[in-house]
Amino acid sequence: MSHKSSKALQEEAQCLLNIYGPQSSSLKVKERQKIPAQVMPVQDPELRSHNMEEVSLGYSLEQARVEALRCLQCAKKNCIEGCPVQIDIPRFIGHISKGEIEEAIAVVKETTLLPAVCGRVCPQERQCQLYCTLGKSLKDIGSSVAIGGLERFVADWERINNKIVIPSVKPATGKKVAVVGSGPAGLVVAADCRREGHHVTIFEAFHKLGGVLRYGIPEFRLPNDIIDKEIETLSAMGVEIKTNFVVGRTRKLTDLIDKDGYDAVFIGTGAGLPIFMGIEGESLNGVLSANEYLTRINLMKAYLKDADTPVYLSKKLVVLGGGNVAMDAARMAKRLGAESVTVVYRRTENEMPARREEVIHAKEEGIRFLLLSNANRILGDEKGAVKGIECLQYELGEADASGRRSAVEIANSEFILEADTVIIAVGNGSNPLISQTTPLLTVSKRGNIVVDETQQTSMDKIFAGGDIVLGAATVILAMGEGRRSAASINKLLCGPAVETSAPSKGALS
Amino acid sequence: MMRLFAPLIAEERQAGQFIILQTDDDYGERIPLTIADADTAEGSITIIFQVVGKTTKHLSSFNTGDKLPALVGPLGKPTHIKNFGRAVCVCGGIGVAPMHPIVQALKNAGNHVSIIIGARTKELIILEKEMAAIADELIICTDDGSYGRKGLVTAALKDLCERELKPDIVFAIGPPVMMKFCSETTRPYHVFTQVSLNTIMVDGTGMCGGCRVNVDNKVKFVCVDGPEFDGHLVDFDNMISRLNAYKDIERKHYKCFVEKTFNQPVKEEQI
Repeated sequence: MSHKSSKALQEEAQCLLNIYGPQSSSLKVKERQKIPAQVMPVQDPELRSHNMEEVSLGYSLEQARVEALRCLQCAKKNCIEGCPVQIDIPRFIGHISKGEIEEAIAVVKETTLLPAVCGRVCPQERQCQLYCTLGKSLKDIGSSVAIGGLERFVADWERINNKIVIPSVKPATGKKVAVVGSGPAGLVVAADCRREGHHVTIFEAFHKLGGVLRYGIPEFRLPNDIIDKEIETLSAMGVEIKTNFVVGRTRKLTDLIDKDGYDAVFIGTGAGLPIFMGIEGESLNGVLSANEYLTRINLMKAYLKDADTPVYLSKKLVVLGGGNVAMDAARMAKRLGAESVTVVYRRTENEMPARREEVIHAKEEGIRFLLLSNANRILGDEKGAVKGIECLQYELGEADASGRRSAVEIANSEFILEADTVIIAVGNGSNPLISQTTPLLTVSKRGNIVVDETQQTSMDKIFAGGDIVLGAATVILAMGEGRRSAASINKLLCGPAVETSAPSKGALS
Repeated sequence: MMRLFAPLIAEERQAGQFIILQTDDDYGERIPLTIADADTAEGSITIIFQVVGKTTKHLSSFNTGDKLPALVGPLGKPTHIKNFGRAVCVCGGIGVAPMHPIVQALKNAGNHVSIIIGARTKELIILEKEMAAIADELIICTDDGSYGRKGLVTAALKDLCERELKPDIVFAIGPPVMMKFCSETTRPYHVFTQVSLNTIMVDGTGMCGGCRVNVDNKVKFVCVDGPEFDGHLVDFDNMISRLNAYKDIERKHYKCFVEKTFNQPVKEEQI
């Protein structure tokens, strides 16, 4: 595929801006439809598959303004319906088109706290951009306004130019809120509750904050500096942070309320419990969950020479699964020097749960996709190490309960794939730590914490949200749940919430 | 042996639980170590470890008053303690350390406790006095016969199983091979045997699955389902194989670290 540099894209955008910029407010729909969609500049695929730097480089101001000019500024703002935190999308994009970036970021921040994160990792093509009128009128979701790219642009602009505004905090209420877990849901709750003047403590089991943003999503998709910056903002707001603290073990959940004087607790411990496939050979050396592989690399920095945590330096690596985590693991393996990386997935590319962009990026980087196939068993050598996978071929059958066509195995279709490492990326169950140590907490059969429409659990003063409630979902849905939980906590602690607008549940789930 | 100031862990910890620590919170690895003792008045926990790799070597160079960059716990399910009747506790090598709080708890629950301590040679026996003070019976075994009975702990364990009043429960903690053969020893006598596993871990909270073992042909996570399991159901051979997963890389790290930090050359056979 042709690969244009950031500079070339910026120059093209400048030309377009010279034409359309001056008449920005009087452009007709037809004219806006003709403005070419701005391509997100990316690192050269060959180059990037050998480094950890971010793949997408972000729009220039010129590109952002041109892209913003494509927005039809519809009266009926369908895109907002698609956003789990209901950002006023046309309004912030309108500001960008006029070059008013400071105003644009202010609009975004009315409803979301982590735009630099969401702009990078949200599945916009299934949310806001799916509803975009422009995309619909051009009969191509790929031609929708690049809302995610624009969100990222304004957030990066704010950070790079040191314009981050620390949200104001109301006078101290004397109430204390405990936030368990520092992933996307927890960070949102911490900020929203702190803004109301409550004392907020974040408890994190790891030595570093960010949860899945840190241990799961790789540096090349979400640089750690961005997470650090978001956390700096929380600290500047006066949020207290306790790392190396496992609620349930270091302190019982109920003790936080009964002994330590917290008035409310939010549980946002995520979906961390990797699912294995239950096939033969899964306990051979060289078979890892994607969680383990990515944690060793992202959190423990095993890819650096100075790090103590070891990681396999694989030559032939196979990833089982078709979600974003599978893509992350595959692309990471390539960066660590694997000669061949193969993603094995039961269905076809259409059914893949991974974001389109990740699949395209993975292909560009030389990841091989073996579709309509699945591992039947993993083969080992005499030393107990992986040497290959026996796979079966599949075909698509009827649509199942999820609406996806089911994968049906084809009898006697076995074939062997050579491998020295196998990464299992078929999903996560719910982490049992809190429920194990909090017997009064109601959990579903799958181990997810059960909450009502206000995110309250079966226990008084205890709320929960994010993947521990939803099962493995997305960053933005977790943030939406955090939002709602914080509103409920603030209401509990000081009467009806005034500031935070809590979106209704299930706008998109 | 090291005492760590960790008042919250000291207060919450129960027999059978462990901690995870790091000697550097940017580049360090996370290693699990069992809690040998705790003093709630002082707010301290005691860990006992053997220098086997880079992190334990680094840890051994910490001085009184130094701050450990990361310490988290107590992790794992606590030992299920009740009055079983006659309990036998078999400890191999450094396994005496994690057994100590279990013995204390068993005794407090009213059990008759026999302890078997095994080591290669007399110098490697630790906590003998502490264990003698609580045990109803203490048997020491050394491989070379330099102290106590000559031979393996399994021989002493077999003798106890042969007694008229055979054990109601056996706890075994030590090297994987020792726990495997203790389990094999008690199997014909149908004595429930609890082992405490120490597998490779990253997070210690159920998130990575690196610590998984096969128990009764099911995948279990040592960190959240264990660390204690029914020894008769554990697939020890697979567990032992998995413990060697990163051995070559770990050896290299140890060698680099010792040579760089302590300026001592390290020969292959020393690791």
